[in-house]
Amino acid sequence: MKLVKILGPGCKRCVATADMVQAEANRLGLPVTIEKVTDYAAIAGYGVVSTPGIVIDGKVVHAGGLPKPEDIAKWLAAA
Amino acid sequence: MTTDSLTAPPSNETSGSGKLIGATIVCLIVWFVVYWYLEPFSKWAVSLMPIARGSHLEEAASFFIYDTPKVLMLLALVVFGMGVVRSFFSPERTRAFLAGKREGLGNVAAASLGIVTPFCSCSAVPLFVGFVSSGVPLGVTFSFLIASPMINEVALGLLFALAGWKVALTYLAFGLAVAIIAGWTIGRLHLEGWLEQWVREVRSGSFDLPAGHLSAADRIHAGIEAMRDIFGRVWVWLIIGIAAGAFIHGYVPAEMLSGIMGANHWWSVPAAVLVGVPIYSNAAGIIPVVTALLGKGAALGTVLAFMMSVTALSAPEMIILRKVLTLRLIAVFVGVVTLGIIAVGYLFNALFT
Repeated sequence: MKLVKILGPGCKRCVATADMVQAEANRLGLPVTIEKVTDYAAIAGYGVVSTPGIVIDGKVVHAGGLPKPEDIAKWLAAA
Repeated sequence: MTTDSLTAPPSNETSGSGKLIGATIVCLIVWFVVYWYLEPFSKWAVSLMPIARGSHLEEAASFFIYDTPKVLMLLALVVFGMGVVRSFFSPERTRAFLAGKREGLGNVAAASLGIVTPFCSCSAVPLFVGFVSSGVPLGVTFSFLIASPMINEVALGLLFALAGWKVALTYLAFGLAVAIIAGWTIGRLHLEGWLEQWVREVRSGSFDLPAGHLSAADRIHAGIEAMRDIFGRVWVWLIIGIAAGAFIHGYVPAEMLSGIMGANHWWSVPAAVLVGVPIYSNAAGIIPVVTALLGKGAALGTVLAFMMSVTALSAPEMIILRKVLTLRLIAVFVGVVTLGIIAVGYLFNALFT
């Protein structure tokens, strides 16, 4: 079970990013838990300056803008 | 085209990106040819309409028919170009560059990077906290935060399209000057204690994004993405704005406007700013109006001051920033930026008359 954290204050793009990660995990058949991190202090604690950010199992893999689906697949498979 | 190269297997990536680059070059050539013939074509189109020559209606109609496609085309080009340029920058890299920079030069760098660093307003708070907690001085952070919304690529593209490159460059210089001066002033006041308590306590982490190298095709995609995003958001505003501009162009007498907004009244700059601060509009909506005002003899400094106060100081942004700044600090921020805009407005009126 992978823990995927979506960092962002809850803007439209953050929600879209969370949906994309879920869809990609479903497609690959990987079980994931998606958690939204909206607390600014926590976001800054990861060093992420531009949202949405993606953290997989404690590691930042993406910051700023919508990710590409094939990148999400790569991160999910690698981590 | 887009979906092709996205789903292409890795072995086809090089030929796919070659195709994309080729298509981009063809599009650019078509763009220039169409742009070249736009004016004769629109004149011909207006001449076909059952409108009396030299009437107010003809003036307004030709402004609308010529300017709408012209503005849309130039906007597309500039937004695409900015999208490509911005793919070379990221807020994380900008922060790393600015951390530990001294004030003065740091303000200049921050204001310049504010123009090219991509950042959406919903990221304002993480960005602010991330900057301050990793050692970017407060005043330098403010220079970035002021320049970023104020000098925006849509505004720059539209001014370039409607008012010419001189006005566009003036706008750029105006915005940089305000961001540098206001940020530097806030830095001099040493207001770090006026940040919200939790912001001062955050210790920022850092991370390395794996191999952030982008290919030429990725950068072109970034440009196309920017174009789609901006057009989706602004086209309605733009057409309303051009219609308002067309009305001013055709019907409002020049003597009246230059009387009110001309350079010969000392109060016109502060008045324009005071009117502009509470208004919050999209840059795309306000610029066709701005250019029509300029065409009727309003002074450049006054008009730019009005525009800057509309785009730089907005209630939604203040509400977002309230999470990190105390009310006192927000008041200082608004006050310093307002004064900066007024000062630069006077300066430009003096320089360009």
